[in-house]
Amino acid sequence: MLISILEQLINGLRTGSIYALIALGYTMVYGIAKMINFAHGDIIMVGAYTLYIGIALLNLSIPISILLTVIVCSVVGVAVEKIAYKPLRNAPPLAVLITAIGVSYFLQSVSLLIFKATPIPFNSVINLQSVKFGSLNISGITIVTLIVTTISMIILTLFINKTKAGTAMRAVSEDKGAAQLVGINVNKTISMTFAIGSALAALAGILYICQYQTLKPTMGALPGIKAFVAAVLGGIGSIPGAMLGGIVLGIIESLSKAYISTELSDAIVFGVLVVVLLVKPSGILGKKQNEKV
Amino acid sequence: MPHMLKIKNLNVYYGHIHAIKGISLRVEEGEIVSLIGANGAGKTTTMQTISGLLRAKSGSIDFMGRNLMKTEPHKIVELGIAQVLEGRRVFANLTVKENIQMGSYTVKDSLEGLRQARKDIYDKFPRLRERKEQLAGTLSGGEQQMLAMGRALMTRPRLLILDEPSMGLSPLLVKEIFEIIKEVNKSGVTVLLVEQNAKMALSVSDRAYVLETGKISIEGKAEELMKNESIKKAYLGA
Ligand SMILES: Nc1ncnc2c1ncn2[C@@H]1O[C@H](COP(=O)(O)OP(=O)(O)O)[C@@H](O)[C@H]1O
Ligand SMILES: [Mg+2]
Repeated sequence: MLISILEQLINGLRTGSIYALIALGYTMVYGIAKMINFAHGDIIMVGAYTLYIGIALLNLSIPISILLTVIVCSVVGVAVEKIAYKPLRNAPPLAVLITAIGVSYFLQSVSLLIFKATPIPFNSVINLQSVKFGSLNISGITIVTLIVTTISMIILTLFINKTKAGTAMRAVSEDKGAAQLVGINVNKTISMTFAIGSALAALAGILYICQYQTLKPTMGALPGIKAFVAAVLGGIGSIPGAMLGGIVLGIIESLSKAYISTELSDAIVFGVLVVVLLVKPSGILGKKQNEKV
Repeated sequence: MPHMLKIKNLNVYYGHIHAIKGISLRVEEGEIVSLIGANGAGKTTTMQTISGLLRAKSGSIDFMGRNLMKTEPHKIVELGIAQVLEGRRVFANLTVKENIQMGSYTVKDSLEGLRQARKDIYDKFPRLRERKEQLAGTLSGGEQQMLAMGRALMTRPRLLILDEPSMGLSPLLVKEIFEIIKEVNKSGVTVLLVEQNAKMALSVSDRAYVLETGKISIEGKAEELMKNESIKKAYLGA
């Protein structure tokens, strides 16, 4: 029993840390551009297909394919911002929201046109043996996922808090006007935010596809929406909040799948979100004043 | 020699609201010039248009002979105009030290040079040194004003614009802030000062403009304006 709970917790931690990587993109973009980038989940799909192209079609090595995936996702993320969102900087939030949903459909349609609707099987690029602790069995993919997400989060945290560019990002998210008047280029900072968020989504996409091993054009939607919930749960705009929200959500999902019902697990996840927002509308680690999402 | 700052026939709108109606003014190198006027006259609008945060519909703004009408705000900072915005606008969730560091964001200098620049700021505002590691949001109003000024000075401006630096401060602090403004000016920085506290502003200025509902109604030497009957009545409370 104890072992089973422990296994479920570890599973939850694995899925949750992937949600957390994606949630970071939502929360950073929200912090800087004050918008919900609903196309963010589809960057996971772009990443998964890019990895597939690199490995299966171009026969590139795994490290090169991973690098290619991260670069392509960053470029797509930055391009989406420049083409679709930047012209709407001063537009009403509803227009931005509808545009973001449009971008999401656009990315899915492009991938549907190129790769068709039939799911493509894909073999995991992570070939690490599972590790046994007594009767507790931890899969190689879990270990790699936890290591990659932990390192990514540490680097991101150091970058945001200790570097000049990271401090400038925090300054822009607080007060764009004042940031411009110390000489910060707000457009560049926004591009950088989209690039970093998309790079994290690329990593999440790689880890995700190694776990689920099937490619389809809509594959980014579900992890995307869950990660969005995670970001809101943790407090949208808060970086530690996105990390915490992702992990909490992953664990709740895993435990409810194992001990309550697979069908109900999503309902439970959203139920938890509703309860948290009723008790603390700004999310677990969110700031007090917060705009409606 | 060109004027340091020259504004001609500037018109600024908020949607259909015509906030600035064809004003012209100039600032010469080394001066302290103040812009006084009642609440809502358009002072902040004028200053933010100079810095590029707002865009004019027509007219011209030239700084050191260069047209700024299409220059991006962060480029204007690099050209040498710094502005302390109305309400200070320090980065509340950044520490005092980080706020000061952000001031030198575009400054190209050695690490040693930047360290010296920060030291100069802390010497000018010793209270900031004591609170270096504190979040800026936890500072008092006067300290935030000093931080905003320190941050602006870190950009190494040739022209420093201050929008209502005395707002909400005790008379003692106002005096202290104005002493610092005079000092900064003596060190070679030209100052354009926006104030509702006309008495204080005129006492440190070389020249001044009076703004009334988007138009300049009176301009001249500060000492002459101080004796002007209508200014005395409207702005000096005499
Ligand atoms: N964001 C805005 N939208 C619409 N009108 C504005 C805005 N900001 C200022 N105004 C109007 O423009 C005029 C000038 O305002 P402002 O420049 O702030 O004056 P001051 O700084 O002299 O108090 C006022 O009538 C004010 O109501
Ligand atoms: Mg004002």
